[in-house]
Amino acid sequence: MLRRQEERGSTSVALAMAIFLVLMTVVTVYIFMAKVWWFPPAITNLGHEIDAQFVRTLLITGIVFVAAQFGLAIAVYKFRDHGQKATYFEGNNTMEILWTLATVVLFVGLGLYARNAWAQVHFVGASEGAIPIELTGQQFAWNFRYPGPDGKFGRTKPELVSASTGNPIGLDPTDPASKDDIVSPVAAVPAGREVELILRSQDVTHSFYVRELRLKQDAVPGMEIHIHFTANTPGEYELACAELCGLGHYRMHSVVTVMSEADYEKWLKDQAAANQ
Amino acid sequence: MVTHEDGGGHGHHQAPSGFIRKYVFSIDHKVIGIQYLSLALFSVFVGMALSALMRLHLGWPTAKWFFFKGGLMTPEQYLALMTMHGTIMVFMVLTTAPQSGFGNYFLPIQIGAADMAFPVLNMLSFWTTFLSLLVMIAAFFVTGGAPIGGWTSYPPLSALGEMAGPGQGAGETLWIIGLAIFCGASLMGALNFITTLIDLRAKGMTLGRLPLTCWTWFVTAILGLLAFGVLLAACILLLLDRVAGTSFFIPGGLVVTDQVVTWHKGGSPLLWQHLFWFFGHPEVYIAILPGMGVASHLLSTFSRKPVFGYRAMVGAVCGIGFLGFCVWGHHMFISGMSPYSAFAFSILTMTIGVPSAIKTFNWLGTLWGGKIQFNVAMLFALGFVSLFVSGGLSGLFLAQPSLDLYLHDGYFVVAHFHLIMGVAAIFGMFAGMYFWFPKMFGRFLSEGIGKVHFWLTFVGVYAIFMPMHFLGLAGHPRRYFDTTAVGFLGPLQPVHVFISVAAFITISAQFLFLFNFFWSLKAGKEAKEENPWHATTLEWSIPSPPPHDNFGGVEPVVYHGPYEFSVPGAADDYIPQHLAPNLVRKA
Repeated sequence: MLRRQEERGSTSVALAMAIFLVLMTVVTVYIFMAKVWWFPPAITNLGHEIDAQFVRTLLITGIVFVAAQFGLAIAVYKFRDHGQKATYFEGNNTMEILWTLATVVLFVGLGLYARNAWAQVHFVGASEGAIPIELTGQQFAWNFRYPGPDGKFGRTKPELVSASTGNPIGLDPTDPASKDDIVSPVAAVPAGREVELILRSQDVTHSFYVRELRLKQDAVPGMEIHIHFTANTPGEYELACAELCGLGHYRMHSVVTVMSEADYEKWLKDQAAANQ
Repeated sequence: MVTHEDGGGHGHHQAPSGFIRKYVFSIDHKVIGIQYLSLALFSVFVGMALSALMRLHLGWPTAKWFFFKGGLMTPEQYLALMTMHGTIMVFMVLTTAPQSGFGNYFLPIQIGAADMAFPVLNMLSFWTTFLSLLVMIAAFFVTGGAPIGGWTSYPPLSALGEMAGPGQGAGETLWIIGLAIFCGASLMGALNFITTLIDLRAKGMTLGRLPLTCWTWFVTAILGLLAFGVLLAACILLLLDRVAGTSFFIPGGLVVTDQVVTWHKGGSPLLWQHLFWFFGHPEVYIAILPGMGVASHLLSTFSRKPVFGYRAMVGAVCGIGFLGFCVWGHHMFISGMSPYSAFAFSILTMTIGVPSAIKTFNWLGTLWGGKIQFNVAMLFALGFVSLFVSGGLSGLFLAQPSLDLYLHDGYFVVAHFHLIMGVAAIFGMFAGMYFWFPKMFGRFLSEGIGKVHFWLTFVGVYAIFMPMHFLGLAGHPRRYFDTTAVGFLGPLQPVHVFISVAAFITISAQFLFLFNFFWSLKAGKEAKEENPWHATTLEWSIPSPPPHDNFGGVEPVVYHGPYEFSVPGAADDYIPQHLAPNLVRKA
């Protein structure tokens, strides 16, 4: 009784399933290929390399995605119950070995290929002449610090931290090196110069994330984490916190402005004047 | 209703007569299985209600609703909903239903045992789970409300108490205690599953004749045994940091809203992340492996064909289980962990794609050349395969640290894990429910309502989670209360509206399932035959519902592999595992 009903209904259900799988696959692939929603343009060489690796990965996963979903659609429709007998076979070792090897080469190869971009950020430090900028996260604000003309960051002390009185990172005024330090809630960066970013956090874990740099790095309390980048394209780029840090996580926001060398020098001077 | 009157008469297998011993503090694995499934059914609707509130806010952030104070949701309410949604779904649904629910009910029967190895321990593990659910839900009702730190509960946010935010006081403490209790319950369950499978298999039930469902429950139990112990330790350390002034996870020199934290120093926030993800990644497989077992089982049964590459499937399940313990670091690429270990974790993670691909190929191989029957159980199993592919492939992006630099902690990740460990696992459960319901309750779920439920859910989950990939590409961070504070998020708001509408349709469809469940329990078509699906495994050799000691005091003997469908020379297109070779009808 139950079986008869199923046999009658099986063509329409099989067709519906196959059509949905094909449609879902085509729409998904189209949205990826048409770049309806996509990354903003990268502003670093590393960013371009990451984008290229993304496209390579998209290509390989895309082929597997289409093959698997279409394969499923075909199997579902072709082998629906229309009165035939199922063929008996329990497997095929040659095929198992073949597709195991193929996926090993494809997936692990992709992983090894991606090594380069990762190594650029993390296996080597910033070069000699990089501009050091310290970035401190706190619930729910970012503070950038430039060492000033002496090239040295002054001492900070937790007990001196007072966001309300204008000392958000706890600069110690008794340290001469701290006199010329510039603290700012937004960052300016000269185009084409390497920046070494030193990430710190005062309270909980935050995360530095600028889309156009293709960079994300947690700022972890108790740790000092160094990353580096060279931004090439002038413009204003938003910094959003990417690690859940409390109720104001969604509005922990800042701006990194990439500008010409001359504008950068002027910006530093203006900041120093405002700090006095 | 379940009847236990016709027990076999073996001393301790005698069915208890009182209501309390029979249905509440029962030591019958079948009753305990149903208790677990009921707990998961309750929890999944709670978890879904929480996500409905989140989607309501994300879709229409400025609309006013009478159920919020002042008409609007607050950021801390949003984060509390998010935290509790994740926690309840991961622990109370994805960990309990596929393993403790279906596994409890069907593992002993499928291997030909009268009960689990330790029935009292089994009862204890259920009631411990129940207690942990109560403790967690209590977090909603204490001062400050439920915790806001996410289901991953990273310190110092989770370790500093109220000063770190509302919900991080009593709510967070209850959350940690609830989770620790849950770990205890899961450890008891895992021990029981492993012992049962090793010791209580019927004569002839060799490892090579185990149904793939049993293999996945077995490997899942091993994962649980190794993973939950670590989470338990982590929870205890976190609790000590909060209540006993220790500093396992809290470094010195912290300043929280201008207040210096002088009473902590020397701890490491990264230590928690290592411990948590050492548990957390195997947990993904704890959720999905039983679904793989059910999918394999059903694809074979309803294409009337043996599983393609049974040995490769078993190997892949074991491979996924083993590799699952070697990849936790891919959750920590941006955490400040050594970049060299990140690279090693990346390659290991790419490797885990291999057994996953083997499974997918073999599922297609199982369907190929078959005679596919489209009942609702099979539709959900097919849906599982499609979702597993869609959700799994995005993992290849996230496994590469250079790409993860951009995608980490964004909606691409949300899309990835919801598709694979969320909805794919849930499709495995639905498939199991439609398949085994007649065995458990003696009646069928309605196929008509079931089909509507399937289609709305299948199309719905794709409509919800596919667009989240694109939010992720555009750089949308996760756990964001709204899109107003960051300029580039504003243009993405229409996608949120689309997702919310899809979510409400999909959520509504789940009430069809709820109705189907309770209506069919009372009025569903009766399952008069023992084996209405013409399936092969041992649960189909006994009455529906099964008697108290499963096999009426007679230990079954197993003669065949689990998937003997359409065997050449046999008259029927299935050979039950218990059928003596001389009783197999010749064509």
